[in-house]
Amino acid sequence: MAELIKVGMADYKVGANPASLISYGLGSCVGIALYDPVAKVGGLAHIMLPDSKQARSSENPAKFADTCLPLMLADMIRDGATKMRITAKIAGGAQMFTFANATDIMRVGERNSEAVRVVLKQLALKIVAEDTGGNYGRTVELNLTNGIFRIKTIDKGEKEL
Amino acid sequence: MTEDILKLSDSQLDALKEVGNVGAGNAATALSQIIQRKIDMAVPQVAILPLGEVPDVVGGPDTMVAGVFLRVYGPAPSSILFILPRESAFYLVDTLMGRTDRKEDILDDMDQSALLEIGNILAGAYLNALSYFTKFTMLPSIPALAMDMAGAILSIILIQLGQMGDHALVIETEFTTEADGVKGHFFLIPDPGSLSTILSAIGVKE
Repeated sequence: MAELIKVGMADYKVGANPASLISYGLGSCVGIALYDPVAKVGGLAHIMLPDSKQARSSENPAKFADTCLPLMLADMIRDGATKMRITAKIAGGAQMFTFANATDIMRVGERNSEAVRVVLKQLALKIVAEDTGGNYGRTVELNLTNGIFRIKTIDKGEKEL
Repeated sequence: MTEDILKLSDSQLDALKEVGNVGAGNAATALSQIIQRKIDMAVPQVAILPLGEVPDVVGGPDTMVAGVFLRVYGPAPSSILFILPRESAFYLVDTLMGRTDRKEDILDDMDQSALLEIGNILAGAYLNALSYFTKFTMLPSIPALAMDMAGAILSIILIQLGQMGDHALVIETEFTTEADGVKGHFFLIPDPGSLSTILSAIGVKE
């Protein structure tokens, strides 16, 4: 069986065919799958926060959209991917609890998704598919053989991007 | 006082454990009265964990759980999250409603409202203890409920903590009913800044 590489919260991993990259239980976090279909090299990031500049000290650049994605992209290129061919698929950014007067922290999912779109645009990477928002958790898996990004939920079914 | 949770002393951690102990004790007593079952409570854990490892406390990020979330207002704003495995949530509402014939794996409006009320009562009982130790008035918000993957539910508090650092201070208590195994995890997560306020108020500055 092909290797299944786990990506934890505030982490990213890159890999190549025939492995798969998986991240469990995304809520307001966002999962970003980058894939080069020719080299069959890809990466999966599980970011927690939009912007490293708005946070206090952190030793972990993989926590933020703005610092994580350039690192993951560089690792993929090191492993044989070509930037021109890389496309992005994103999922997550839910609001898990509904409050009458949601504060900023409640809407962080939305802000995360937006930050990811901005950073991908800055990196000149095209988003070809997206499944964000809602009020439910997602487990995401990137198949590095074919680039399919599978999204599993508890009761909103399963889809492939 | 700086607030580096990696630099908390043993006596500070012990003090937090004691607060957790009394708070969860109150909450367990309240829960025991609601469902009229004896409830055992484990010794509270006060752990400093990398953020990504917190979901493992409740069985891993893809474990199906019900979560009741409340904000705590007052001098030391915090969050409370009460997490139950899915089966325990069903058991709890069925016991409360005097029902024995659950067919569907969903919570109807009445069930949800019952779980929210349980969360409310437990949080109130817990906060009574915290108020007693700190002499602060601490008020819980209206509770919110979600039934989903543990990682997704915990993300609401982990993201908030992630703005301050890479670790979480988790004050966590596990409950179990005697025979039929309702399990629950009660988390108290002080907001950034609130921890030092709580520690000062209970008189353990170092």
